[in-house]
Amino acid sequence: MSTPTEVYRDAQLAVGRSLEQIKRSRNLGIVYLILAAITAWRLTSHAGTATFNLSGGHSFGVAATPLAWVVAGSLAVMGGVQLARGLGKWQTAALAAVAVVFIFTLLAWAAAPNSFAFVGMLSQGVTYSAPLIFGAMAGIMCERSGVVNIAIEGLLLSGAFTSALVGSVVNFWVGVGAAMVVAALFAWFLAWLAIRFKVDQVIVGFFINFFVLGLTSFLGNRILAVDEAYNQVRTLVPWKIPGLHSIPVIGPILFEQTIFVYIAFALVAFLAWAFAKTRWGLRTRAIGEHPRAADTLGVNVNQLRYRNVIAAGAVAGFGGSWWTANVGRFNENITNGRGFIALAVVIVGRWSPAGALAGALVFGFFDAMEAKLSFLNTGIPGEFVQMLPYLATIIVVAGFVGRSRAPRAAGQAYDSQ
Amino acid sequence: MELELRGITKRFPGVVANDNVNLTVRGGEVLALLGENGAGKSTLMNILYGLYRADEGEILIDGETVHFASPRDAIKAGIGMVHQHFMLVPNFSVADNVILGVEPTISLGRINRRSARKRVAQLSRDFGLDLDPDALTETLAVGIQQRIEIVKVLFRDAKVVVFDEPTAVLTPQEIEDFFRIVETLTAAGRGVVFITHKLKEAGRIADRIVVLRRGKTVGEADPKTATPAQLAEMMVGRPVELVVSKTEAEGSTTMLKVSNLAVTDPDGRLLVNHVNLEVRAGEIVGIAGVQGNGQSELVETLVGLRRPIDGTVTLDGADITHLTPRDRHRCGVAHIPEDRQRDGLVSSFSITENLALTGYYEAPLSKGVNMNWEGARTEAERLVRDFDIRTPSTETTTGKLSGGNQQKVIVAREISRPLKLAIASQPTRGVDVGSIEYIHQRLVELRDKGVAVLVVSTELDEIMALSDRILVMFDGDIIADLQRSETSHNDVGLYMAGAKGEHIS
Repeated sequence: MSTPTEVYRDAQLAVGRSLEQIKRSRNLGIVYLILAAITAWRLTSHAGTATFNLSGGHSFGVAATPLAWVVAGSLAVMGGVQLARGLGKWQTAALAAVAVVFIFTLLAWAAAPNSFAFVGMLSQGVTYSAPLIFGAMAGIMCERSGVVNIAIEGLLLSGAFTSALVGSVVNFWVGVGAAMVVAALFAWFLAWLAIRFKVDQVIVGFFINFFVLGLTSFLGNRILAVDEAYNQVRTLVPWKIPGLHSIPVIGPILFEQTIFVYIAFALVAFLAWAFAKTRWGLRTRAIGEHPRAADTLGVNVNQLRYRNVIAAGAVAGFGGSWWTANVGRFNENITNGRGFIALAVVIVGRWSPAGALAGALVFGFFDAMEAKLSFLNTGIPGEFVQMLPYLATIIVVAGFVGRSRAPRAAGQAYDSQ
Repeated sequence: MELELRGITKRFPGVVANDNVNLTVRGGEVLALLGENGAGKSTLMNILYGLYRADEGEILIDGETVHFASPRDAIKAGIGMVHQHFMLVPNFSVADNVILGVEPTISLGRINRRSARKRVAQLSRDFGLDLDPDALTETLAVGIQQRIEIVKVLFRDAKVVVFDEPTAVLTPQEIEDFFRIVETLTAAGRGVVFITHKLKEAGRIADRIVVLRRGKTVGEADPKTATPAQLAEMMVGRPVELVVSKTEAEGSTTMLKVSNLAVTDPDGRLLVNHVNLEVRAGEIVGIAGVQGNGQSELVETLVGLRRPIDGTVTLDGADITHLTPRDRHRCGVAHIPEDRQRDGLVSSFSITENLALTGYYEAPLSKGVNMNWEGARTEAERLVRDFDIRTPSTETTTGKLSGGNQQKVIVAREISRPLKLAIASQPTRGVDVGSIEYIHQRLVELRDKGVAVLVVSTELDEIMALSDRILVMFDGDIIADLQRSETSHNDVGLYMAGAKGEHIS
């Protein structure tokens, strides 16, 4: 009986090129040519050496203009090859390489003829990735259970507000606990409407986002603005991990961070392990892919969905208190769309914790780069620089991810009848 | 173990799905529950499995009344169910699908995969199922997936196993394997309930046959003595013609010619692998094959719903490869889609509106930008009469019609105009025996009028009954081109399983 199975596998391996793949390959070629043109036209304008400062007084320099010309030439050639015959299995690797080289050239151009803290920027990127990781993990916990949660933004914001208020009045860690409770309550509300009343999950999520934005702005003006003491928390200082932090380059980037970053990494590892190895993980994946199968085997689909969504709320609430820990206070709309970027991170990471971690680091990097470019005074309009993380989101989701598959039952209310 | 259902009644708004149904199964025997679609077989089994609650009646195990509030209770009582649509998570391994819900765990809720794999392998060996616990479910053939379902119920130590239409998705050879597995189960003392609408299979495997019609048990039959005609009459309530009567085909000129046609999915996998075929005017060509071997994609490409990456389609000498579905339709192509709910009808529309879907843009159904509903209704009334569509009125929404009548609405819309080519995909899936008879006759009539007819079906009986020539699709290829008169059931079955034949087209 193995024959049909084998033939089926062979058919999967007999890969031709679909119309979509041909189009995608052509579009990439055009993008490379546009990047080549931008590089040649704009990024050759700053003469001198850009100095990239590493840790411990080390640094390296790059001659900005020659670099830009070499990169522009290479990009043009690659674009040509991509257009003419495609790069086949190297396509994705090539795209990643192009992205890295282009960004490096951009940074050299922006910095020349001065120096800037390259490792400092990378370290900042890791810091900025923490709230994205918490948001993305919350999103993954919901979506793998079959509940679409676009309210991550609202949950993060409610966590940021609560931790700032309670953290100011009582103490920081009590504030964090309160943030987890409040965000979990909002998540429960989403689950209740989505599961009990089968309201469209996207609409509920949308509503929660706006409700929380309005509520925190209102309460911010009415309560936090009354007395400074209500909105003042001591920021957390980075904790250097003994030994590891003295590794050159890697140490300052990864091991001189606040406890939030370490907990974020630990959470990723924990979820990856739990999804693969535990009963909870198996059942969660089952109710997200084929809830009826799980139901017929005696798994209580809706109960597990409730639990996972509420737990995800607590995770997002914890992530929201990152702003309090880093900024020391709450400002109106302080999350500024990071919850939506976290959703993009879920997709980029293909609904896996490890993948989402990689995605969050990339977006954290763009956040840090935005801060750096504004500081370097490059002549690029500030508004444009601020668009960078969002622009990167859309490019990465469209360009790198291609077709990825959400859990099959995501967004569908489950009814056992 | 002895399982008894006594006086089961279940009402849904407007229908009585089960009306005082009684039946008994003992360990070691096979009970076939025979009935048409909508006779109430599935409702009855869902009650037995704790998915529905009965309004009246009781379930007894070894003489004692039991209550099932959920599948969990039914499983605990030793009842296992293999559903018609498999309840398998496609991206799980075989072992993970088996243990879901009853996972063996060690500390911290960790799954003990080693013990799970071992038990799955053990059960698979004991019952001759030949399963690899680590294989990824979605890569396995349907027949193998069914065995995962069987291991699932065995893993839960089921004493009575219910199979809901288990052979619908299998090749003839897989059906033989399946019967062998059922024999192993009964030999091990398990009771088996076999739900089906296929007369031959009920007669082949059952120890007793119970026939259900419109929610009622109409009688019990002994498979050793009952003839298919008798069973069919019990099932339908009137004598039924089981063979399609037709004369020899008079195929003449080539009407449809497909050359080197290739279709891929978005990831570039070939679904239709450079296929060539011809259908002559006045000939019925049947495409046999197990579901998912590229037939659906081939049909979608022929009617213009998919773009091929290579190859041409000509109709009566004219190249139609790049025409839109509407243009093909106007050239005289009819399409009866495989899934009538999804592609054939708008179920919230009335019969009139559904009948107008293909020709709404021209007279007599419209005048300029306005619909001519009066004309459409007159036209609909004529078709309802001509095609024997059983409905209170032409304004009834099609969602309220039975499967057979829904299918007749589609057939009426598609073939009631001058045609060159008719493509019918699974034309009688989920349709009652009476309507099957009717639709088959209509297709033969079309042929006799000189239309080229292409029938795609996974039901081998249907292919054998209708076709003048049979093509077999396997894995995106047409691997056999056979004259109906020169081939047998068994032969076509072997091709369908991919056990013989090669890329011939």
